[in-house]
Amino acid sequence: MDPQACNDACLICMALILVLSIFIGFEVISKVPSRLHTPLMSGSNAISGITLVGAVIAAGSVGGTMAVILGTLAVVFATVNVVGGYVVTDRMLQMFQKKPEESKK
Amino acid sequence: MNFILLINGIYIVAAVLFIYGLKLLTSPVTARRGNLISAVGMFLAVVVTLLNEEIIDYRWMLIGIAVGSVIGALFARIVKMTQMPEMVALFNGFGGIASLLVGWGAYHVMPRAGLFVMTTVFLAVLIGGVTFSGSLIAWGKLSELMPGRPMLFRGQTLLNGLLIIVILIGGSLFLSNPEAGYPIFLGIILLSLVLGVMVVIPIGGADMPVVISLLNSYSGIAACAAGLAIRNNILIVAGAFVGASGIILTNVMCKAMNRSLYNVLFGGFGVVKKGAEAEVGGEVKAILAQDTYYILEAASAVAFVPGYGLAVSQAQHVLKELGDLLEERGIEVSYAIHPVAGRMPGHMNVLLAEADVPYEKLIEMEQINRRIGSIDVCVIIGANDIVNPAAREDTNSSIYGMPIIEVDRSKTVIVLKRSMAPGFAGIGNSLFYKENTRMLFGDAKESLGGIIAEFKNV
Repeated sequence: MDPQACNDACLICMALILVLSIFIGFEVISKVPSRLHTPLMSGSNAISGITLVGAVIAAGSVGGTMAVILGTLAVVFATVNVVGGYVVTDRMLQMFQKKPEESKK
Repeated sequence: MNFILLINGIYIVAAVLFIYGLKLLTSPVTARRGNLISAVGMFLAVVVTLLNEEIIDYRWMLIGIAVGSVIGALFARIVKMTQMPEMVALFNGFGGIASLLVGWGAYHVMPRAGLFVMTTVFLAVLIGGVTFSGSLIAWGKLSELMPGRPMLFRGQTLLNGLLIIVILIGGSLFLSNPEAGYPIFLGIILLSLVLGVMVVIPIGGADMPVVISLLNSYSGIAACAAGLAIRNNILIVAGAFVGASGIILTNVMCKAMNRSLYNVLFGGFGVVKKGAEAEVGGEVKAILAQDTYYILEAASAVAFVPGYGLAVSQAQHVLKELGDLLEERGIEVSYAIHPVAGRMPGHMNVLLAEADVPYEKLIEMEQINRRIGSIDVCVIIGANDIVNPAAREDTNSSIYGMPIIEVDRSKTVIVLKRSMAPGFAGIGNSLFYKENTRMLFGDAKESLGGIIAEFKNV
């Protein structure tokens, strides 16, 4: 995974992944009904916390104090997004899922 | 042993789980499972990354994860459903700053990584920075720590244009010699933060659904750029999903307001064309809770039209209680939802879901408009611009052409409103002066409570 070892073929692969992901994203997400748009947003907040993957590498590698500080801060922010995003989305979707007979409790 | 294959294999699994999770989000029944599946994908992606051979010290990362988890879980537990727009705004910002920091870290460790990597680092830092500071401003406006009105001053567009030009020049200087460019790099970070503030301050409260959607998209694009910078496939894939999601929502919101994105970002709503629209005036017919009770009691079909005011006065539970009382009397009750009602996409749906209103009763704008003539009473709760007939009638109005819930075509309209102050758009609403409109002044929650009391007194 050393960036400097990456050649043209690797760049083209990444570009392909990017383009295909955009298309899949549009295709799947445009079918989400408007009533679920808020959970969609908080859920995508959680998914954007994927930066955590990059952050843990930065926080744990041998890049010196500065790199560890940057990485650790990134880990904190990204984790807030991941944990907070998924938990709050679950809370919301639980309300959407309620059956009418349950609601009278 | 080399774990690269295993790590990337699990990333593929995680990507599939993200897609499947989003697919299940297309129905309220399966959505919760979808969210869980997406979370499993995230968990796998993070855990397998810990095998990365570049990682030698786990201490700081684990402390970071622990701190972040506690903060995130607390946020998610204590946030009220009425505060969801603020929370999403804040989380957009966190996504942006995380990508900025990852990009910065990549540059710090490998300043000689080549033009492509440095370009993506530049993009991650720029977009991440704009997302972060812009989201903080959006959060400040939504949580009312800052005034929600658009802040405009002379030469604003010029200044923003200048800012962008300076950033681009700085970017090309930086890219021409990244190794010696650390001061320039820090300058770019600073300017991108300034740019984020400048872009969001001229945008007012009612345009927040567009801005939040757009910043949501940016946070994904920033993650994508960071992924390209550190050559991480799962970041690219997940970032692209979030970017696409935000763009779709932005588009939906713009359409619902009949405005272009350019107009929202640079228009400074309510300032353009001021004074050009037709004067509205006439006699306002105020009523009390008791009269409202008589009107509602005699109706056979009632539609509630909620707006941001419902969230402000947290009246969703009382509203549901009133709806139940009407239904017990055999009155048909529906809740008409405008796509931009509230401060974020789907805001009203979440509030009403919290109050246990079954989702079959939530009717979208087009559907309710088709049969609005047969509805006896439309009750407007803290909504204004989304029911303003000027959007249909007054070609000079700044909201002309915006699709509205055409409540004025129903038999009687009751408007619950604090005072006669104009809505966010700063324009009068001729609905309030129509022959069939009655105004019930006061806080929405108290007014609804008053009507309920009348029902119970009988």
